[in-house]
Amino acid sequence: MTRFAAGARVRARTADHDGHTRLPRYARGHIGEVVEVRATWQLPDEAVRGVFRAEPVYVVRFDAAELWGSGSHSVILDLWESYLEEAT
Amino acid sequence: MSGEHGELPVAARVRRLEERLIAAGLATDAELDEILERVFTSASPVNGARMVARAWKEPVYRGRLLADGNAAAAELGFGASTEGYLLKAVENTPAVHNMIVCTLCSCYPTALLGPSPSWYKSFAYRSRAVREPRAVLAEFGLELPDSTEIRVWDANSETRYLVLPLRAEGADDMNESELTSLITRNGLIGTAVR
Repeated sequence: MTRFAAGARVRARTADHDGHTRLPRYARGHIGEVVEVRATWQLPDEAVRGVFRAEPVYVVRFDAAELWGSGSHSVILDLWESYLEEAT
Repeated sequence: MSGEHGELPVAARVRRLEERLIAAGLATDAELDEILERVFTSASPVNGARMVARAWKEPVYRGRLLADGNAAAAELGFGASTEGYLLKAVENTPAVHNMIVCTLCSCYPTALLGPSPSWYKSFAYRSRAVREPRAVLAEFGLELPDSTEIRVWDANSETRYLVLPLRAEGADDMNESELTSLITRNGLIGTAVR
């Protein structure tokens, strides 16, 4: 079961992560749109500590203007469900 | 995280890690050498170029490549060397240009693109590709019209990308091997037209 569907607006979490993560700093706190559900994969943040927990991974598209305040391109990232919250 | 992988401290760290693996009985020096040898002798941008040339020639293969990159790689004999990650082909069109980067590291499909160039691993490329791709592409000599939409795919260890460049003019009159020779590593990364 996935929490988000294609088209959902999501915000990447802002918390500064202590240790390995696949959520790049530049995306933190920013709103993107779920393009599709990629797969269900182990969360790398925990896998590096030997804790294996699989969760949905989403393809999320961010507008440059949202990330940087300017620009017309988009940046697409694979993000694990734990990295995301519903954008309000 | 360091920007350059080729610097000596990194090499020393890798060597220490190898020594630990060997000491723990998890691998031998010969096994590690054999793996590296296999990766670097078979990994080549010609492999990715062959997939693109086939896609240009055969619309059905193009469809399969876009739907399932790993299966399309396997069809040309690159299945074993692309195991362990999801291979995703992203297609350029007259309206959309794709480029790939790995901001957290330097992931890309080595088997199909060859060992990554040093600039792909550089801090400058990794930070600027997501911030100002149009300027970065211009520095590669690729000037895109303002109307072209740029999509930057930030890869990771699990998902790796290959750009399917715009079909070359005159492709109908060329065979697959002639087409393969038109396609460069930078074309497969998205920092060249093809």
